[in-house]
Amino acid sequence: MSSERRLLSGNEAVAQAALAAGIALGAGYPGTPSTEILENFSELGGSAQWSPNEKVALEVGLGVAFAGARALVTMKHVGLNVAADPFFTAAYTGTDGALIVVSADDPGLASSQNEQDNRRFAVAAGVPMLEPSDSQEAYDFTLAAVELSERRHIPVLLRMTTRVCHSKTIVRWDPKPMPPASPGFRRDIRGRVMIPAYARIAHRSLRKKLSEIAKWNESSSLNRLIRNDRSLGIITSGISAVHAREAAPNASILKLGITYPLPIRKIREFAKSVDRCLVIEEGDPYLVDAIRAEGIAVEGKPEMYRFGELNVERVRRILAGDVSPEKSPPPGKPPQLCAGCPHRSVFDVLHKLDCIVAGDIGCYTLGVLPPFEAMDSCVCMGASIGVGLGLRHALPKAEARRVVSVIGDSTFVHSGITGLVEMVYNPPPTGHLVLILDNGTTAMTGLQEHPGTGRTLDHSRTQKLVFEDLAKSLGIDRVIVVDPMRDSEGFERLVTESLQQEKLTLMIARRPCILAAGKIREYERAESESCECAAARSDSHEE
Amino acid sequence: MKNKTTNVVIAGLGGQGVLKASDILAEAAFRAGFDVKKSEIHGMSQRGGSVTSDVRFGEEVFSPMVPQGEADCLVVLSGDQVENNRHLLRPDGVLIAPDWIDENALANRRSLNVALLGALSLFLEMKEETWLEALKTHLPEKYHDLNLRAFESGRSRAQSRKSLS
Repeated sequence: MSSERRLLSGNEAVAQAALAAGIALGAGYPGTPSTEILENFSELGGSAQWSPNEKVALEVGLGVAFAGARALVTMKHVGLNVAADPFFTAAYTGTDGALIVVSADDPGLASSQNEQDNRRFAVAAGVPMLEPSDSQEAYDFTLAAVELSERRHIPVLLRMTTRVCHSKTIVRWDPKPMPPASPGFRRDIRGRVMIPAYARIAHRSLRKKLSEIAKWNESSSLNRLIRNDRSLGIITSGISAVHAREAAPNASILKLGITYPLPIRKIREFAKSVDRCLVIEEGDPYLVDAIRAEGIAVEGKPEMYRFGELNVERVRRILAGDVSPEKSPPPGKPPQLCAGCPHRSVFDVLHKLDCIVAGDIGCYTLGVLPPFEAMDSCVCMGASIGVGLGLRHALPKAEARRVVSVIGDSTFVHSGITGLVEMVYNPPPTGHLVLILDNGTTAMTGLQEHPGTGRTLDHSRTQKLVFEDLAKSLGIDRVIVVDPMRDSEGFERLVTESLQQEKLTLMIARRPCILAAGKIREYERAESESCECAAARSDSHEE
Repeated sequence: MKNKTTNVVIAGLGGQGVLKASDILAEAAFRAGFDVKKSEIHGMSQRGGSVTSDVRFGEEVFSPMVPQGEADCLVVLSGDQVENNRHLLRPDGVLIAPDWIDENALANRRSLNVALLGALSLFLEMKEETWLEALKTHLPEKYHDLNLRAFESGRSRAQSRKSLS
């Protein structure tokens, strides 16, 4: 078979590699910049699913790997916070098959609430980490991660960043699939049941695996040495490596592909071989701290370059030791809620009634910007409900009565359900109002399905989670469904009324996202047609 | 050509087809045999905010992002996005603004992005056939004719502009 050569984004390359690697199941939760990996994998014919959140996705992936098959679990950086619980202990249990966790970090906060550096997670959990710097490496490293995970029986973190995920670069590959895995159940009670007695042993075995991997990594071909002028040496990884090569074309470069556990001997030799050795890395001083802790003298970057993305100019400045203030680029036009967006009428009302709004993550976070300015907090997925309840508990009564929690439909399924249980279990004296802005899609990340839409990742039909039924089953006093746009006065009346009563209210403001409405109608039409066909077929069988 | 990287930035507002235009340009450069990198930030782009996309091509391209002040060409799809992006252009770079195109002459105003690519094509070294193949790869077949015409009209407007100056 001849090799393929195409221009792919990093996300597309991971999907293409997942196909070649025989990934049995891809699971994740949509999150910029990771979303397109599973969408592409599904389009290529792979089996991919959206889970309610990243924790569940990772647990499903771990089950796949316990079964001896290969799993790919994708998420944005903050998703790994949600999935951290299984992530840490999966390092102890290890895997039979392969478990690849993609963390797509967002330095510069293109579309996130923080710029946490998830390389720290690899170290904290004891999970080997690979960092591709372009789409070719996204492809190659995904295959390498599967091999490493399967051979060493350990989960592997494939750490990407926004620019690696979304940039398109040329990828060459040989479409020869990896030999298939052979799933089957192998009982391993001591290895997988993490009671303290077994987990103590598992921890030691994890550290042993990591030291073996560290030794192997000293000669891994995923770490590349580009030998040039010896006066300047740069140690780097990921996207920073390509910026560094451009900014310092004559420098010798040690480009690390596996950044945990580090090939310390190789780094030491490299540092010794050059006159000046600098570490160029985006985000936290992770590499520089780890290298210095080994007693290797290297220069890091000034603290000002910890913030935001690196690029060629910033790397040039770092090389020159330039700490003069950087010019900020002229401001562009900020994003805003679309014309015709149903969230607009909600925030109009919340602004008008001077509500104290505990907000959440999604398009509707844009309700914080003028002309609405109707959001008082936004922290993480699902936080609107807990934070709203906390405010209700602590504020003076007159203020407590103005508190509203606002959460989107996908976010509600992701992390809002436990908040609702909290509300019923520990109700504030003034009651509470939770507003689910149900636009029938995960709009922010590009219109993905979720359990509340009743359709799976590839838009085919599945069981639908009905929010009002769920809320009623929890024993919430008032459960109301309303179209906030068709009857905005009625909506305003309902909100006012709910705030006055000292009861628990769940209000579902339901109207499809203006960008999704056409597609939703198409899916529904296709469903009803296929239902009619099926019904017609079963009728004919009866005859 | 050796070791010379050509830098193009396409800028506009979410929904105008900035990313589609940069996909077509990157495809054309790829088909012409160059090393190519293309970079942009998605995410907020559907919400009407400013969007830029960088395309770089040459013998070997490293960073996917065009350094400030190093764009050889800046293509802007919306008049109000010229000033906030001008700093990306190198001092003698080419600014291709929407007023280069007579929007009323386009069969569909949504093909402004392709018309501007037509104008851009005069300043880059890819052959016209390569551009047309790239257009066809990235656009649905039913819009091919419309877009080929938009491309040609942009190209000829730029041609007459160039011969005037």
